[in-house]
Amino acid sequence: MGKNNGHIRLVVGLGSCGIAAGAKDLYEELAAKTKSHANTKLSHTSCNGMCFKEPIMEVFYPDGDHLMLGNIHKKDVDKVLEPLLTRKSIDEKFVIEDSRKPDKKESFRLKQHKIVLENCGVIDPDDIAPYLEKGGYMAIKKVLTSMTPEQVIEEMKASGLRGRGGAGFPTGTKWQFARNSQAEKKYMICNADEGDPGAFMDRAVLESDPHRVIEGLIIGGYAIGAHYGYIYVRAEYPLAIKRLKIAIAQATERNFLGDKILNTDFSFHLKIKEGAGAFVCGEETALIASIEGERGNPRLRPPFPAVSGLWKYPTNINNVETLASVPWIINNGSAAYASYGTAKSKGTKVFSVAGKIAKGGLVEVDMGIPLRDIIYTIGGGTSSGKPFKAVQLGGPSGGCVPENLLDTPVDYESIAATGAIMGSGGMVVMDEDTCIVDVAKFFLTFTQKESCGKCTFCRVGTMRLLEILEKISAGKGSMDDLKELEDLSAKVKDLSLCGLGKTAPNPIVTTIKYFRDEYEEHIKDKKCRAAVCKDLINFSVIEKDCTGCHLCFKNCPVNAISGETKKVHHIDQKLCIKCGMCYEVCKFNAIFKG
Amino acid sequence: MSQSNVQKYLKNYGSTKEAAIPILQAIQNDYGYLPLDVLSKVCEESEITKSHLFGVATFYSQFKLTPKGKNAIKVCKGTACHVKGADITIVALKDQLSINMDQTTEDGEFSMETVACLGCCSLAPVVMINEDVYGSLSSSKVRSMLKKYGKE
Repeated sequence: MGKNNGHIRLVVGLGSCGIAAGAKDLYEELAAKTKSHANTKLSHTSCNGMCFKEPIMEVFYPDGDHLMLGNIHKKDVDKVLEPLLTRKSIDEKFVIEDSRKPDKKESFRLKQHKIVLENCGVIDPDDIAPYLEKGGYMAIKKVLTSMTPEQVIEEMKASGLRGRGGAGFPTGTKWQFARNSQAEKKYMICNADEGDPGAFMDRAVLESDPHRVIEGLIIGGYAIGAHYGYIYVRAEYPLAIKRLKIAIAQATERNFLGDKILNTDFSFHLKIKEGAGAFVCGEETALIASIEGERGNPRLRPPFPAVSGLWKYPTNINNVETLASVPWIINNGSAAYASYGTAKSKGTKVFSVAGKIAKGGLVEVDMGIPLRDIIYTIGGGTSSGKPFKAVQLGGPSGGCVPENLLDTPVDYESIAATGAIMGSGGMVVMDEDTCIVDVAKFFLTFTQKESCGKCTFCRVGTMRLLEILEKISAGKGSMDDLKELEDLSAKVKDLSLCGLGKTAPNPIVTTIKYFRDEYEEHIKDKKCRAAVCKDLINFSVIEKDCTGCHLCFKNCPVNAISGETKKVHHIDQKLCIKCGMCYEVCKFNAIFKG
Repeated sequence: MSQSNVQKYLKNYGSTKEAAIPILQAIQNDYGYLPLDVLSKVCEESEITKSHLFGVATFYSQFKLTPKGKNAIKVCKGTACHVKGADITIVALKDQLSINMDQTTEDGEFSMETVACLGCCSLAPVVMINEDVYGSLSSSKVRSMLKKYGKE
């Protein structure tokens, strides 16, 4: 990532998360304050995965020393800049890692193994040069000059790489199908429509290392015999789109894309298609419909896209992370890749860990490590310090895994055996303040809204499932409703065409399986133990703790709180909408919820 | 409505069905929403039928048929935001702006909608105003965030 050349290099992480946490302000402040320092060089990278420490900056000294600082904001620049440049010690609270103190290791980084993310947060994603320095586009050179398409496919098969979008289909076999189809034209598509709420792996990879994904796409194109490619990316990811556009222009300029790539006979042209906000378009046939300018309705398979896909031509679709693994496999060999992971799930997997987790962020681990290692060793347990309840894997298509199954290894089969799915890698951690019925309701609200409406059981069935959940959450459910949920879930699963409907009941099925007692509490005792379901809780003032600071009074959106300054306040239950604002703003824990 | 805009869309993206989504995105980019007269004009000048264009416009949640505020607020309702209290953010926004979801303030300054996931899950709860993302929100942060956009 660039040589120091006698400079002190300051590098700020400018991924979407970093920017949201204030990294751009930090960068601008540093730019202004270091302008006069001739021996200082300021640059940016993207996301190194440590979202919980954002904004992050790194300092590289000419002698090789290195500092990583976190939670550092614009306002801290005056305090730390001078000591940093003159190599005096700075406030320890900012220091994540210091090469002079090798014992100080951030536990988040232990147990991780970076293949897909090796350049993320290391290189400047807006420049092709650092990617090239890291060995970028060597794989495409190797493939085009020394391998036949069949050899590339064999290499993928031998690596054991499986689709990282969630389904886990072997990539080499998928490529083989598309290769076998004879047609005048074929298409190679990257599915970057990361619609799973709670997942951000693809966004981070595209923002941090866009060239790697492009290189993977070109290799795939060569293997299946496609000369045209698309990256279908969500419109909600403007920074990823911007960086991809820059990367495509740079790769075209250097002839890694375009006609007769690197003076060979192989040509490949790549376009970006922006999605328009439809979760179902993550399903490959719906994605194809969307590129064709249609409503994103899935199509019946067979014919599979490998036979008849985009504009009826053979088409291969791979997920971002799958493609980002490809250059590494070509460069290092399938055997090296297959040496990581388990018997059936090879290599590494990227997870985005969020929710009530102490150290949320982007994590890449060898397949097969226990969930517990990700949540406790890497993630540091719950953010609240309260007991862990469940981790939700695979988003709306996935399920909740309870504490007693945390020793489940992360591989496709073991995760599926719990009833959840590996999915694309979203992991949302929940503690005891999360209501399991509310979580199921949340996902059904989502899938019901996102159902394209083509299949009756998905369109109407998800609506009915949601209504039952709403009934239970309102304390109006019966035990028959629980049976109805299970029964209807099975039907929606069986009678939907695409993955959206087939998996939509998963959050219900797994939560009933592991947290049946919580459902029964809502039904029989009219009680929500997490104090989330509004119809089952009340807010009241704990008189002995109320200082009469008036903050709840000022913040109540419906003026349900009365009381004079410095006197105990009171909540009018008839007016209260149970929004929880008073509970949130009270600095004295004087609001009771339950 | 400018005739030249319609010509620009067709020139940039083509006049076949395939161009429907990019054209709608360009219109929304220029006008902030999809004015019906512009849509009609596109259909008159291209091969795209009205039923197709309207069908696409109403399928994808990105497209709006009514004008948005000068500052478009997108409240993330992803899983992480949900468990970390997106609802409180919504209450605070509704209270501050006196509008509901999918509405625009009377002065046209702010509009508000929920979106599935902005992908900044570790900073939940998250809100996006125009192109800027704000994370780890609380009710007091909502107030200071809105101030940046001229909300007293």
